[in-house]
Amino acid sequence: MKNILIFGATSAIAEALAKQYANDGHQLTLFARNEDKLALIEQDLRVRGASGVACVSFDAGADDCIAKLQRQLADIADPIDICVIAHGSLPDQGECQEDVQKTLSEIQVNGTSAIGILTLVANRMEQQKNGAIAVITSVAGIRGRQSNYVYGAAKGLVSVFLQGLGQRLAKSGVHVLDIKPGFVDTPMTAHIEKGALWAQPEKVAEIIYKRIAKKSHESHTPFFWFFIMTIIRFIPTAIFNKLKL
Amino acid sequence: MATISQISGWGNYPEIAAEIHTPARQSLQQGIALPSGYGFIPRGAARSYGDSALAHRVLSSRCLNRFISFDNDSGLLTCDAGVTLGEILTTFVPKGWFLPVTPGTKFITVGGAVASDVHGKNHHLDGCFSEFVTEIIVQIGDQVYQCSRQQYADLFHATCGGMGLTGLITQVSFSLKPIKSAYIRQKNIKTSCLAESLRVFDEYVDSQYSVAWIDCLATGEALGRSIISVGEHADQGALEPHQAPKLSIPCHFPDFVLNPLSVQAFNFLYYGKEKAGPEEQLLHYNPYFYPLDGIANWNRMYGRGGFTQYQFALPKTAGLEGLSAILDRIAKSKQGSFLAVLKAFGKHNNNPLSFPVEGYTLALDFKINARIWSLLNQLDEVVIHYGGRLYLTKDARMTERFFKATYPRWQEFNAIRDKYGATQLYSSLQSQRLGISR
Repeated sequence: MKNILIFGATSAIAEALAKQYANDGHQLTLFARNEDKLALIEQDLRVRGASGVACVSFDAGADDCIAKLQRQLADIADPIDICVIAHGSLPDQGECQEDVQKTLSEIQVNGTSAIGILTLVANRMEQQKNGAIAVITSVAGIRGRQSNYVYGAAKGLVSVFLQGLGQRLAKSGVHVLDIKPGFVDTPMTAHIEKGALWAQPEKVAEIIYKRIAKKSHESHTPFFWFFIMTIIRFIPTAIFNKLKL
Repeated sequence: MATISQISGWGNYPEIAAEIHTPARQSLQQGIALPSGYGFIPRGAARSYGDSALAHRVLSSRCLNRFISFDNDSGLLTCDAGVTLGEILTTFVPKGWFLPVTPGTKFITVGGAVASDVHGKNHHLDGCFSEFVTEIIVQIGDQVYQCSRQQYADLFHATCGGMGLTGLITQVSFSLKPIKSAYIRQKNIKTSCLAESLRVFDEYVDSQYSVAWIDCLATGEALGRSIISVGEHADQGALEPHQAPKLSIPCHFPDFVLNPLSVQAFNFLYYGKEKAGPEEQLLHYNPYFYPLDGIANWNRMYGRGGFTQYQFALPKTAGLEGLSAILDRIAKSKQGSFLAVLKAFGKHNNNPLSFPVEGYTLALDFKINARIWSLLNQLDEVVIHYGGRLYLTKDARMTERFFKATYPRWQEFNAIRDKYGATQLYSSLQSQRLGISR
């Protein structure tokens, strides 16, 4: 039985992942803002066979969320075996450009709040000398594009942080995984028209589940995004700036 | 929030543009907020073949995908209607429980299993899925009905087999059955003609599961030759659930792949591979119940134009004569299908639109082409002559006259829909074609 923390547990990918861990009989602590939805998920995970489910209120947009988390983590018994960070929001780029507060709060929700969680959890795991950290970032964090660079910058911040963290924690046997999904058909993207590149959250969760078990370090999810993003990354800036991407 | 998508059933025919709504639960206490308006059809995993889950407005049960409670002593499971049978197996097989009734795919939802009142290889003993259902929650607009055989019994029976036309099924309680192993003891019996096939069904009437693959291109004395597979849950073997399919058909096959010759070759080889003389073998439930689930998107083999499945039931009295008449016509047409599945049905139940009648059912897949419609019209005449009917879940083309003649309780069904105010709110392309919706 493993002790697993999931942040943003009401997100479609995180819920699908939690279902897999519940089927395996693990102990789950779910962090999310919407407590009504958490109660529905808790009920489901218990039926599946989770050996325990705890729900904790966590609002990544609140200024004191990390200070609160520090106290909340003190109540969670050692060891923390797996920590999954899956919360996020997809802002409207146009609105961010018009409103500096909106931009900064999106950077907090998608970026710095994750850095806060990671800093606390990493130290615990480093002392334990084992554990796994998996964070859902995005292919949007690989190269800033005019259509969503606020979201991309926040995710990119987390990805770079994870590179350094992974290198540091490798010495203590802690596994760090950066998951970069492409387009996923979830409530966060409900307003966008879907095409062939879209994946279902259950599929993405299955890939994450396997990647955590295999201790891989980076995962474009599904894999074909690696090729798409490699091409996008190597477009010379002079040409890139003329594109509409 | 609604999105617009091109949708079709499993047969990829017909295809329409639809407004897709995905209602979700907000909390343990509150009901589900449904969009206002008329003419919605609930839609689960979209595995019905034809147009029964097609309408220009769709209520998808995709977000109703959670378990609610499970009683370890009785096996009673309560879950959201959008949970799939596959998910139930993944969760409960390791705990020693199995589905009481399952159709030939596990990729359907519980709500769909109720709305189609699905049957499986144990129908001759256990009946349809609804026999194991104790309670259904149906939402019609803002009204929530907790239906059972005791409470709102008319709505309960109309909803089982009601093709989603009585409202949105949001929650279902039904009992799982205990198993000791995930494996099935299977025995294959090869028969040389139809009369022998029907005799074997009679002989193995006490076997828990039975089904026949029938070579529908065989003619003359070999007409109706089959491989009949019977099975029982094994006592030995691990309680291990299935794995995700490893093979997938990546795109629609070009039209020439399936032609009379390739189908004939397949049927010939499939019949030939089975050795004479029954030998028992231990088979995991996944290949036993769901052989086609092993190839994701197998419907694409039929090409972009799609296919239709013709599944009819004939009363036992019509058995040999009626089935022979139909097989004869198919063999002569050379339009025979890859998969012709024959099964003996047990007693009919009390649900007005439930498909099974005591006797036999045969399911045939046909690639859509210009000649297929006249063949199916000919088969209709035989089916109606022998007092049979077609399965609404597979249908994309039966006529209103045919439906009303073969489902005599359709008026009673409509009266129940009227009584609960569901008639205007819920309709499908199929219900309009069949004159169920007014």
